[in-house]
Parts: sequence; C-alpha cells; structure tokens
Amino acid sequence: MWTALASLLAGLVFGLGLIVSGMANPAKVLGFLDVGGAWDPSLAFVMAGAVAVSTVGFLLAGRRKDSLLGGPITLPSLRHIDRRLVGGSLLFGVGWGVAGFCPGPALVSLGSGEVKALVFVGAMLLGMGLFEVIERRR
Amino acid sequence: MPTIDWPHFTPWAALAGGVLIGLSAAMFVLLNGRIAGVSGVLGGLLRPMKGDVTWRAAFVLGLVGAPLVYGLFTVLPAAQIDAGYGTLALAGLLVGVGTRYGAGCTSGHGVCGLARRSPRSLVATLAFMAAGFVTVFVLRHLLNL
Repeated sequence: MWTALASLLAGLVFGLGLIVSGMANPAKVLGFLDVGGAWDPSLAFVMAGAVAVSTVGFLLAGRRKDSLLGGPITLPSLRHIDRRLVGGSLLFGVGWGVAGFCPGPALVSLGSGEVKALVFVGAMLLGMGLFEVIERRR
Repeated sequence: MPTIDWPHFTPWAALAGGVLIGLSAAMFVLLNGRIAGVSGVLGGLLRPMKGDVTWRAAFVLGLVGAPLVYGLFTVLPAAQIDAGYGTLALAGLLVGVGTRYGAGCTSGHGVCGLARRSPRSLVATLAFMAAGFVTVFVLRHLLNL
C-alpha cells in the first residue's frame, strides 16, 4: 500500500519534472540533439540538476540495508559492458533522434491526450514485447 | 562551434525540472529501494510477477497523470510533435527494443546510473546520446528531412 503510494508520488514528481524542464516536448528534445543546427543546450541542464539531486539520494541509500518502507534496496548488479548494452543503447538513441521521444516523456504526453503519443507508446510496448518473446526463446 | 538557439534556451526551467526528476529518483530509491528507470519499470509489466505489478503500475500512472495535476494549477505548455504516424511507430519500436536490450533509457542509465557512478550506465548514456546526435544530424542536415 505505502509502496504503491510512494511509487505514484515518485511517478508524478518525475512527470512534473519532465513538463517543467521542457523534456516532455519532442521539439525541445530534438533542439538539443541538433548540434549541427540551432542548438538548444537546455537538456544538459535537466541532466545536471537531476544527477546532482539523485546522487544525494543514492549516497544515502548506499548507507542503508533496507528502504525507508522496509523493503530491500535492489540496485542493478550487472557490471560487464557488452554488445547488448551498447547495441541496445544505440538502437534506442536512433529512435530517440527520429521522434524526440524517450519512454518517460512519451508516457507524460499520453496523459496530455496526444494521439501521436499513443501511437509511439503502442509501438514502444510492441518493441518491449518483442524483446520479451525473443528472450524467452533463447 | 554549435550556434546556440537562444530564444529556445531555458536553463532555469531545465534546471528546476531536473531537480524535480532527481528528487523523484532519490525518493524512489530511498522509499522503495528501486531505480526510477522508466523503460525498466514499464518493461517489467510485460512479464508480470506476483507482488511486482502494483508499484510499477503506480509509477506509470503517476507519469501519465502528471499533465492532469500540472493542469490543475496552470496551463500545460504546448508540446510539438512534428513526426508523422509512421515515423512515430518506427521510432517507438526502436526505443522499445533498444531500451530493453540496453537495459535502460534516459532515466535509468542517464539519471540514476550516472548518479550511482555506474560505468555501464556511462557507456550506455554516451552510446544513446551519440546515436541521437548522429541521427538528427543525418535526418536534418544530410537528408534534409
């Protein structure tokens, strides 16, 4: 119950951050990715602010065994840098550059009632589902 | 040297939004002990496991509900989506497959991963940033799309 409420609140604050920062607007994101044209460096400030604040959170979490709500703290344990990590990230980057949407902003735009976001999110879920199917067959 | 798009450059709003995103990630790991990575949280819903669905769905609901809550207080800023439906579908597919193979996106690797000083996330972030820059350069300046 509390975990679900905390998740809801975290999602909400995250989404508000995406709206306030301008990242929920694909044209703004593409303005950042367009270093060869008129470049809008705003997104770098989003990253800087987000990383600075969350670093404090992870430092505090690193000193604890359990979360404040009593559950375990589950952080990724993978260490190796492989073809999946790089290849997957490159594919993601191409998709990001094509439409200016990454997963968070796409979900926020869905909430704004953008029909185009619905198409993007639908295709994204299809892609994620495709990954699940391929993984299960391996 | 890139030409700065001064009229669209909004450092303070960007920083304020970034602080909120960082606050959310910090809150998420401290309260729930999890990484606030949107693709990971969403992707996990596609292989539902007992006790693992509610917090994921709640986080997604929060994201989708953010514009509604924002709209209660002030006018929602207009978003501009120039891509057509076919392009959006292709992009969505690439983002869906790519973020799952790469185990993260701008939030999981770009924000949380960098905050954790994870070398894996640094490599992933550099890879998707580079791919994004190159893609936009090719589409806008080489193909003039």
